[in-house]
Amino acid sequence: MSDVRDPAPDGMDSVPVADRVVDARRLLCPMPILKAEGAMREMRDGEVLEVRATDPGLRNDLPAWCRSQGHRFAGMRSQGRELQGWVVKGMG
Amino acid sequence: MSTLTDPLSPTFEPRPEPLRALGLLSGGLDSTLAARLLMDQGIEVECVNFHTGFCIQSHTGALRNPKPGAAPPRHDALHAAGNLGIRLHLVDIAEDYVRIVTDPKHGYGKNLNPCLDCKIFMVQKAHEMMRSMGFHFLFTGEVLGQRPMSQRRDTFPVIDRESGAGGWLLRPLTALRMPLTEPEKRGWVDRSRLMGFSGRNRKPQMALARQLGIVDYPSPAGGCCFLTDENYARKLRDLWSYRGERSYAMEDILLLKAGRHLRPAPHYKLVIGRDDSENHFLSGFVEGRILIKARDIPGPLTLVEGTPSPDDLIFACRLAARFGRARELPEVAMVVEVQGSREIHQVIPLPAHEMDEAWYV
Ligand code: SF4
Repeated sequence: MSDVRDPAPDGMDSVPVADRVVDARRLLCPMPILKAEGAMREMRDGEVLEVRATDPGLRNDLPAWCRSQGHRFAGMRSQGRELQGWVVKGMG
Repeated sequence: MSTLTDPLSPTFEPRPEPLRALGLLSGGLDSTLAARLLMDQGIEVECVNFHTGFCIQSHTGALRNPKPGAAPPRHDALHAAGNLGIRLHLVDIAEDYVRIVTDPKHGYGKNLNPCLDCKIFMVQKAHEMMRSMGFHFLFTGEVLGQRPMSQRRDTFPVIDRESGAGGWLLRPLTALRMPLTEPEKRGWVDRSRLMGFSGRNRKPQMALARQLGIVDYPSPAGGCCFLTDENYARKLRDLWSYRGERSYAMEDILLLKAGRHLRPAPHYKLVIGRDDSENHFLSGFVEGRILIKARDIPGPLTLVEGTPSPDDLIFACRLAARFGRARELPEVAMVVEVQGSREIHQVIPLPAHEMDEAWYV
């Protein structure tokens, strides 16, 4: 990953605009996903959730979670220890 | 002999469409195969995975500095559900689970693993979900004789009975060795397409996986959680014995997963980070604990728990200094932070011959 300020996530032109942000930094698997799931329950289809975490497992778990929940995984980027991922609700 | 229940038999009941089953998915091969066997019969499958706070997978990977080139850790159940293309419900039972760990009715296995109580509790939770979410029956990937504590001929009926699931829990991998369950009696599930696996030999499962084209599964671990781990169990026992009671908070059990734990005296304990990642992790637990760090030189982050006296803290500084580069210096400045206030102590790092192996928890 590059250190350029605000790089777009892999394979994306721009940083998605999130309707909601879940801060799961320092939490261990599966807490980031459990928190994301809690937030999703209060969101509408098509809205974008941003998940911030430091557990490197998010890299694999966020896309897998999207596949099992029918959300669309919209990308991920990392800066140092921190990961940021985006999910579009119910658009998988 | 046809194993499908005869439509003329008294227990036959037309199969609901869709027929929906809820499974316990660990993400290991067995639960994945169990789900596939039912999916291949046209049954609509969803799964649940419970978070107890003791999950072993990925935590060790997430806590330590990654080995160069190592793949990032992953949550096996999520991954398996993604591969199977089924919906997974992740359910946090950590709070209720405390009672299972601290006071298991059926006791512990080899370490602090209360496997039988744990299974009963999980099946009971799944059974509640089955009823509230409109599933017709439950299934697990259990195999007769595979695990000494919970997967035995005499423990399966205990799980069925005490969880309240009764005959509504099907074990597709070992079904041919078990009495008929309700969905089989009704002719909803084709018993001839279930298995009769038993014992610890995993070759039949691996052969079945190959036949079903399942290639991406984790290698079997000793158990599904940290409670089966000898080192972890020892640290948890230590915590209980010095607290004088069997209890724990989420923070406690997370902290037991990281760092070196040393107890130089009954009333306090040091947790010392072993690399940058652990130091970072430990830095999230400073609240309510004492932090020790070398001031000007690289070294680990140390947390102190308990009720150390001022003299104990000086000793803790000397001990902590041993684990960083400070060790080679005649004297070193150690920072001690207690609830926001900060003190510096000049100490002599503890020499090797004053270390006591017995301090290691
Ligand atoms: S190993 Fe842990 S999670 Fe698995 S059944 Fe035993 S106590 Fe429960």
